[in-house]
Amino acid sequence: MSEIQYKLVRCTINGEKRETMVDVRASLTDMLRNDYRLTSVKKGCEVGECGACNVIIDGECFNSCIYLAVWADGKEIRTLESLMGPDGELSDIQQAFIDETAVQCGFCTPGVIMSAVEILESGKEYTRDELRKLLSGHLCRCTGYENILNAVEKTMHKRLEGR
Amino acid sequence: MEEREHAVGKSVKRVDAFEKVTGRAKYTDDLCDKSAYVVRILHSTVAHGIVKSVDASEAEKIPGVVKVVTCFDVPKNYFPTAGHPWSTEPAHQDVADRLLLQEHVKFYGDDVAAVVAENEVAAAQAVRAMKVEYEELPFVLDVQKAMEDTAPQIHEEYPNNILKHTTIRNGSYEEARKEPGLIKVEGWYDTPTVQHCHIENFICYAYMEQGRIVVVSSTQIPHICRRVVGQALGIPWGKVRVIKPYIGGGFGNKQDILYEPLCAYLSTVVGGRLVKLDVSREETFVSNRVRHAVRTHIISYVRPDGSFAARKIECFSDQGAYASHGHSIAAKGLGAFPQLYPCPNVDGDAYTVFTNKPVSGAMRGYGIPQAMFALESHTDDVAKAVGMSPYEFRWKYLMPVGYTDGFSKNVNYYDTFHQCMEKGKAYIDYDRKVKEYENQTGEVRKGIGVAAFWYNTGVWPISLETSSCRMVLNQDGSIQVQVGETEIGQGADTAFAQMAAETLGIPVDQVHVMTVQDTDITPFGTGAYASRQTYMAGFSINQTAALLKSHILDTAQELTRHTKESLDIINGKIIRRGDGEVLMSLADLAMEKLYSLTNNGHLTAESTYQAKTNAYSFGCTFAEVEVDIPACRAELTNIINVHDCGQLINPSLALAQVHGGMSMGIGYGLTERLIFDEKTGKPLNNNLLDYKLSTFMDHPHLEGQFVENYEPTSAYGTKALGEPPVCSVAPAIRNAVLQATGVAVDEIPLTPHILFKRFKEEGLV
Amino acid sequence: MYDMKALYEAESVPHAIQLLKEHPEAQIIAGGSDVLVQMREGKRAGAELVSIYGLDELRGVKMEEDGTIRIGSLTSFSHITKDPVIQKYINVLGEAVDKVGGPQIRNIGTIGGNTCNGVTSADSAATLFAWDAVVELTGPEGIRTMPIREFYIKAGKVALAPAEIQTGILIPKASYEGYYGHYIKYAMRNAMDIATLGCSVNVKLSDDRSILEDVRIAYGVAGPVPMRAVHAEEAGRGVLVSADSIEKIGDTVLEDVTPRDSWRASKAFREHIAKVLCKRALKESVRLAGGVIHE
Repeated sequence: MSEIQYKLVRCTINGEKRETMVDVRASLTDMLRNDYRLTSVKKGCEVGECGACNVIIDGECFNSCIYLAVWADGKEIRTLESLMGPDGELSDIQQAFIDETAVQCGFCTPGVIMSAVEILESGKEYTRDELRKLLSGHLCRCTGYENILNAVEKTMHKRLEGR
Repeated sequence: MEEREHAVGKSVKRVDAFEKVTGRAKYTDDLCDKSAYVVRILHSTVAHGIVKSVDASEAEKIPGVVKVVTCFDVPKNYFPTAGHPWSTEPAHQDVADRLLLQEHVKFYGDDVAAVVAENEVAAAQAVRAMKVEYEELPFVLDVQKAMEDTAPQIHEEYPNNILKHTTIRNGSYEEARKEPGLIKVEGWYDTPTVQHCHIENFICYAYMEQGRIVVVSSTQIPHICRRVVGQALGIPWGKVRVIKPYIGGGFGNKQDILYEPLCAYLSTVVGGRLVKLDVSREETFVSNRVRHAVRTHIISYVRPDGSFAARKIECFSDQGAYASHGHSIAAKGLGAFPQLYPCPNVDGDAYTVFTNKPVSGAMRGYGIPQAMFALESHTDDVAKAVGMSPYEFRWKYLMPVGYTDGFSKNVNYYDTFHQCMEKGKAYIDYDRKVKEYENQTGEVRKGIGVAAFWYNTGVWPISLETSSCRMVLNQDGSIQVQVGETEIGQGADTAFAQMAAETLGIPVDQVHVMTVQDTDITPFGTGAYASRQTYMAGFSINQTAALLKSHILDTAQELTRHTKESLDIINGKIIRRGDGEVLMSLADLAMEKLYSLTNNGHLTAESTYQAKTNAYSFGCTFAEVEVDIPACRAELTNIINVHDCGQLINPSLALAQVHGGMSMGIGYGLTERLIFDEKTGKPLNNNLLDYKLSTFMDHPHLEGQFVENYEPTSAYGTKALGEPPVCSVAPAIRNAVLQATGVAVDEIPLTPHILFKRFKEEGLV
Repeated sequence: MYDMKALYEAESVPHAIQLLKEHPEAQIIAGGSDVLVQMREGKRAGAELVSIYGLDELRGVKMEEDGTIRIGSLTSFSHITKDPVIQKYINVLGEAVDKVGGPQIRNIGTIGGNTCNGVTSADSAATLFAWDAVVELTGPEGIRTMPIREFYIKAGKVALAPAEIQTGILIPKASYEGYYGHYIKYAMRNAMDIATLGCSVNVKLSDDRSILEDVRIAYGVAGPVPMRAVHAEEAGRGVLVSADSIEKIGDTVLEDVTPRDSWRASKAFREHIAKVLCKRALKESVRLAGGVIHE
């Protein structure tokens, strides 16, 4: 390894403009966890198979473990930490995860919720099977996925009714 | 007049849900300071051999590498790793066959050396730069081949690689099978090596403080961890402090001491600096623990009416390379056979055998999923042989009401099996479908199957069962609760809060369960394992809450001048029993007591309950499949689990446990298997892409239902639920495939590969 | 943190080519879902990378004037699936790449990366073979094109010359006009999996829909690289649309496929499944083309 190579990464994280010098070898997971202490971004496999590190970049979900931090330059990134309101109020999908007992060990939860956010923000109505497919980039060993589906499905219906 | 609000039996929200949906719950890696040194382990690339030398010269030159420690450097303190309560009797202690690093490597993935580095890249480079010279030894992967006289010897002290062999000899099998007119049914049943796959890999970090070693670990068993770190490092146990933060699932893998001793040791060799050992997913599959693969041979002699005259069972349990939980798993599985379908004449033999494979340890169900696959598959074979329907057979011969196990003293108090089966049958529309699915001929055929199980709640009388609890009253009338039973995702802390609230008479939100455990602070307890948490902690919570309540009412007597006996606590208020009049709030009482200038006191209670009971937990699975014969694929289309785990403390959390267990059972039955290269012993699919645990798209709706028979031995009427949901799923699926196709597949998982082989043998493809 | 020696980020296609010329040992990284995983495994540890991920000019699908469908090499799987041109003319490609991994992987994975890594299990590859796709390569000497069948040389090896990058995938009008197709991914679970076998079929029926005028059958994982089942196609060209024909065509694929035994699946199993998938994909393609299969 020769000299460590750094790059200035300017991006918007959870609505705020941020910039930091990043080791080009870093994954986006590394940057979010280490530089910004956004520890909702979890490490479960580091090869894009489990979905625990999922974040939203420019409106689409990505496993941040296999996304180079330098690619985040100029992008808008959202993590689970962005969902809570200014006075500490939970978003509807977070509340639904509590109400539907969709949380057990909680380690896959942040990533799954971010996929749910992308699904819900599409404003579309999906069947349960379609939701299964849209969430299928996440592995969970605790819930059998059942209550997670309930939480996402109920929140989707609530939002559609509320329009 | 104050109406008592009950806390038990309600679906209160998880006490930790808010932290988890906001990402604020701090797991081990989230707590570790970024200045930590990083550890990488060099694993064996041979299945069996002696390390002749480790050349670390190139590794040590890599910038950022702090220290390389090899198998030749570590102290020779052999230690056990099983998360069992310790026994002061040497004969009952777990086998101590582990060192921090191994010169005699016994499986592909064994631990040879470790690198401590400033960063993960340097650590990984150093591991790649090390050269290990092995004297390769012959190895054996198959459990029965390992028992042959010519097999390579893995541990010197265990001839034929048999770690342990236990037997059951009830009545006389040899005599009973001579009865005229008996039908013989025989089968071999194989279950695979599978892994827990909690989404948080095992991780720990260690540092020294005030001459002691502190280990923060993702463990189910902090107090046991403290003991084993002490044993492994050869230091007094009080010199070790273990902290357990939030943990991202365990399922039994973290009911073993994994790398805490190594991490602690590595901290000591770098001057007590902070050292982090973060295991990769690939290592989790191979170098942590797996579920025992068990091969089971059953011979049943049955009368034409289906009743059992004599039975013989042999179990061969693949221990892998080290003893870990050892024979407990096979012994538990074997013990299940004669109880589910009582038969007076049973010969049983269970062998736990070392092989050159990853180490088998505890995993959700602890031997029972393996046993139930064999037994409940065989039950369908027996039913078929005597021309009975699988449902009818079970209805008639499953453990009857009043059955008592002589050893555990467990009693089947209620007509649970029939109640569970009726619920399952009604939900899945069994009778109609069984008829409809007879005699199908098309490419795609449907089938329906059933299987039952029983499960023990705790480990008594095999091991110690104890729980300790501490409660402290705060100024506002709320309390802290501490127990040694650990929250690992299952929801234990919420159930504990409900039970404490119930007994004490305060609202659930006034109970603060300390989820982060610290062996310096948390009362002694042995942790999360078996399905003991709610049952065992229930005793000590109940007892301690009663004690604290008594102290509170003593104070109430001082303050209200009513006799203690005439007072009670309801909804956090001191009331007069006679008329229900509220005399004062608990908060007022606490303030008075804590700040009194005349009669000051800190209200607290602490107690230990040693349980000398255990309890049967019961249930069954009904599964429906669609088998695409040309595509060699069995799809699960409908499934229900019905459980009797006694009184539900929290119905929605209980149902969530059932979902998770069913999911694990579905993977066990259909897709999951860790595969090894026959030629090298190398694991081939130790990642989440190639190891097929179920995704969102691999399940139908998971239906869970309950029969709530109050468990008489339990403090709150409850008993095992954590593990039971995984136990009967795989055989129910196998039996459904049997009904659909007429083909008995006696090896799980029922992958297309195995179905292809069997369908070919049966001429279906 | 990845063990990479250096990272060079390309700002344009010519810049990428220049970087590759300057760093001949460097590996191209597009979405990274293969390269980064291999780097972490140690296979490519210590490598130099030229990142082309930022080249937005290589993203998107468009219909060219002559009716050729052009897919920029960095177009992600999810964008291909959602693209209206793909949906209208070669929907099967959108369906095929919608079976890759899971949603997050489909957002990062690119069709260029999927073909340039040269693996036989790529979900896009069988379908691109079946539609006679053409790859566009841009290098120091300029732009050249070649049929995708020639692009694959052997397992893990494609016909990229030094300092060359794949810039587009083209589906000529003649390849898709009048054709209807279906892809079946055979895997061990329904998401997050690689194909045990993939079969992509398309057909062109006669005007009265009674004759199979043309049949194209392509496979992934039936050999070291994606392939066309030429004997089976021959057996299917000009025959009556019937269950019998489909059986015959399906059985003929054994003359074409050359799967191997591996721990993932046996040769015998893959051969069996190859027949089953071919027949089923044929039936579905005929149905999509408006044909009716008479027993």
